[in-house]
Amino acid sequence: MFGSKPGPRGAQADGLTLFHDIERPYARGGRRAWLAGCVLAAVALVCVAVAGTLLAPAAGATDFAQKNLAPCAAHLFGTDWMGRDMLARTLAGIATSLAVGTLSAAVSSVIALALATVAALGGPRADAVVSWLIDLVMGIPHLILIILVSYALGRGAVGVTVGVALTHWPSLTRVLRAEIMQLRAQPFMACSRALGISGMRMALTHAVPYVLPQYLVGLVLLFPHAILHEASITFLGFGLSPEQPAIGVILSEAMGYLTAGSWWLAVFPGLALLLVVLMFDRMGSGLRRLVSPQGVQS
Amino acid sequence: MIGTLRYTAVQVARFALLMVAVSIVTFALVSASPIDPVQANTGQAALLSMSAEKREQLDERWGVGEPLWERYGQWASDAIRGDFGDSLRFNAPVTEVVADRLAGSALLLVSAWLISGALGLVLGIAAGVRQGGLLDRAVCLYCYVLSATPTFWLAIVLLMVFAVQLGWFPVGFSVPIGASAATVSLAERLHHLILPALTLSVTGVANIALHTREKAIDVMASEYVRLARTRGEGGMSLVVRHVLRNLLLPAVTLQFTSISEIVGGSVLVEQVFSYPGLGQATVTACLGGDAPLLVGLALATAAVVFAGNLAANLLYGVIDPRMRREVRHVR
Repeated sequence: MFGSKPGPRGAQADGLTLFHDIERPYARGGRRAWLAGCVLAAVALVCVAVAGTLLAPAAGATDFAQKNLAPCAAHLFGTDWMGRDMLARTLAGIATSLAVGTLSAAVSSVIALALATVAALGGPRADAVVSWLIDLVMGIPHLILIILVSYALGRGAVGVTVGVALTHWPSLTRVLRAEIMQLRAQPFMACSRALGISGMRMALTHAVPYVLPQYLVGLVLLFPHAILHEASITFLGFGLSPEQPAIGVILSEAMGYLTAGSWWLAVFPGLALLLVVLMFDRMGSGLRRLVSPQGVQS
Repeated sequence: MIGTLRYTAVQVARFALLMVAVSIVTFALVSASPIDPVQANTGQAALLSMSAEKREQLDERWGVGEPLWERYGQWASDAIRGDFGDSLRFNAPVTEVVADRLAGSALLLVSAWLISGALGLVLGIAAGVRQGGLLDRAVCLYCYVLSATPTFWLAIVLLMVFAVQLGWFPVGFSVPIGASAATVSLAERLHHLILPALTLSVTGVANIALHTREKAIDVMASEYVRLARTRGEGGMSLVVRHVLRNLLLPAVTLQFTSISEIVGGSVLVEQVFSYPGLGQATVTACLGGDAPLLVGLALATAAVVFAGNLAANLLYGVIDPRMRREVRHVR
């Protein structure tokens, strides 16, 4: 079967990151620089999340005296047709995206960890079932599957969160499964087996701690995917409801004002989303570099 | 010969299993939805003023209240005979709607797929061959930014700049408004195609280029490249004879696995550009609770993705004789 041979999917690189950069021990910038970058990015993201949450009431405040304003000193991102400040709406929308993205990425990564452990330690039959599940989920384009799941749960925040969580685990599962497979060949695993230690206990005491660094990196790298998909689904009308501040909602509303020349309605919120996603991804690559053994020397 | 037969049989079985699984999953998901298709399609006012009989009639037509297994059994027994039911939204057989929409999307999907693959391969090799160089940094920056860009936002921005402000391209649809499909010239079709295809391929390039770059760096660090260099080989000859050849297999894999992404991305792009294709039909079907069409669309996209993977596997054998032998041994 192609599941066991290097078929098109087996031969694929981990497929987990948006941006694959190879680990180079002598890359530009040392570990300190990467660590500082990661911390800075994390601080910036937390600031955005806090600001967005605090600004949520302001994001909905309408002021018809100041509608359709182009970006100016008082309203950096301009205002929309109801006089809502676009900066506040964008920040609130990003905070919502971060919340949905964090939650769904966390759930997705836990699914990945559980399935990878079962696949690697549960014998060939469990392995076959898991790889078939992976093939099934990868067999339908993510976006269409999320739309279906979101529809099944009646749309809304729950639908999109569950949808993203249920579709993003396969790539991380593959990475973690391969890691645990390597672990299984270690002598101490043979010892544990000979001592009659249960599979469950082996998984918890050996496998999970062993893959923890990879797991955390994978978790961070799931965020950008999750956030982008949440925004896409919301934009299509299957995600967060129009009353909630969300980037997808803002952009789908902006579609109606394109021909009116209100370019700022679409440009800034999308740009903000891009920056957040970029920051998350760079943070993930930075973490991966810090965790990888090759990087210790630099 | 027997190997080939067995291979074919295994692939057919895999395909059948996938189709069954996808149809069950889609059916279960659509049936589990709390959204009432009658309400979604008739509107609040019409629903309230409706007589009970009328309501019952509509409920039956949209399949409300029937148990899941009964509906699925009925659907499956029809589907085996090639009857995938009728789309409720489009009022036509599902096969007809899907074929129609697939034909509408085909040009967009294929052009975006080919452009992103070719461009990704070239950029990836150019970047990977001279790692850390100016071109490499430029390509990486482009890929990082483009991968973080929401596809639908890029579509909106391109639409705003090139269609609304500059007026170079039409704002939407695949043919001029009011024209019937038969009278539209190829030039007009292409004119409508450029922006959506551009959006879709520009975002698709990033992933392929970064993967290719990674492999190219591996190849450049290998001993056979070092040997070739000591023999005095360099420049284009080195790239064509060593790098490109060793990159062919991963490139084929990447190219065919990107089908899934292109199809997914087309949902967003078609929505922004009002391009009547598979993706737009999916959104319409889902908003309207059109269960038969949704199942048909999910099956169609799954079949396309499966065909892509199969094609990649078969191409392996064509490109690399070692794989051919391996396939024969495994079967």
